[in-house]
Amino acid sequence: MSEPTPDPTVEARARRGRNIALALGLVLFVVLVFVVTVVRMGGNVGLRPL
Amino acid sequence: MAMSPALSRPSAPPRWQDYVQLLKPRVMSLVIFTAITGLVCADSSVNPILGAIAIFCIAVGAGASASFNMWYDADIDAKMRRTRARPVPSGKVQGSDALALGGVLSMFSVMLLGMTTNWLAAGLLAFTIFFYAVVYTMWLKRSTPQNIVIGGLAGALPPVIGWAAAAGSVPLNAWLLCAIIFMWTPPHFWALSLYTSEDYEKAGVPMMPVTAGAASTRKQILIYSLLFVPLCIVPVFTHLGGLTYLAVAGLGGLVFLVLAWRVFKSRAGEAAGERNDDGLYDVKGGSKDARNLFAFSILYLTLLFATLLAEHALGLPPVGVL
Repeated sequence: MSEPTPDPTVEARARRGRNIALALGLVLFVVLVFVVTVVRMGGNVGLRPL
Repeated sequence: MAMSPALSRPSAPPRWQDYVQLLKPRVMSLVIFTAITGLVCADSSVNPILGAIAIFCIAVGAGASASFNMWYDADIDAKMRRTRARPVPSGKVQGSDALALGGVLSMFSVMLLGMTTNWLAAGLLAFTIFFYAVVYTMWLKRSTPQNIVIGGLAGALPPVIGWAAAAGSVPLNAWLLCAIIFMWTPPHFWALSLYTSEDYEKAGVPMMPVTAGAASTRKQILIYSLLFVPLCIVPVFTHLGGLTYLAVAGLGGLVFLVLAWRVFKSRAGEAAGERNDDGLYDVKGGSKDARNLFAFSILYLTLLFATLLAEHALGLPPVGVL
């Protein structure tokens, strides 16, 4: 019995949705690390002995 | 794990929503709620942004363990009405993708929680993921009717992680929140399994009604309820709960005990086909008492934690008997 062939349009739409979700996830990760870094450093950066 | 070809071959291209379903969003929302309660009850001056990111990490960690569970349990999920539409058994997502997603999200959530708050909280999160994915899913679930009793620890730990994230320590009151959820789990799940035991039997999962019978399960529900309700009053004596909490825990506890007694006296779980196809709450015959306890148990736990959350957020004083 042969495998049913997926509809190319449906396939492309699903892949595009997954790619956008992955991109948003990566952007969220970068933003989170940036925010955590800034908040944790806080005012300590300004208090460094220069 | 042996996996049938039908489980490993996707029937349609997976959508991003299918991957979200792997994370069990409904369970995740409960984890978020109990973790926030732990974080707020710690009464520590945690930065609100870091607190929010900590809760996010705990939620993602819960999602990761759910994804591991979806991967490993795909064979038994396919046999049960409640779970057969899940992404892996329905063929929407490959099992290997669920495993990879669980691994990536585990590392992400633990590392980010450690960097954001402290490594005690991160370690507890890592332990929780391990306990749910390995101890409960891979070992206990298929081997003992005590599966949900011991495995319930994984669901009980989020408030402890939230507390650790805020305070950097886990005092007695944090473990008290954990104990309340831990003792709540058996009567909650066994009430459900009384009218879904046909599914568990079909899948070969040794839930209590399958192995010990309905009468023994009803007795154990009553015993656990008699231990659980007094435990819910204990926070009043440890400077955790206030007068509002005492009222909610006391009155709700009485209702809980009445419902547990009704289940004990009923014939819930003894007749086949008492559950209809329209969801978890649509039952008939003797199983209505079990359904009522299952539904009220969710409400009761929600009210207990919501009351503690409100009392600590509003700064209401605990009773402080001791």
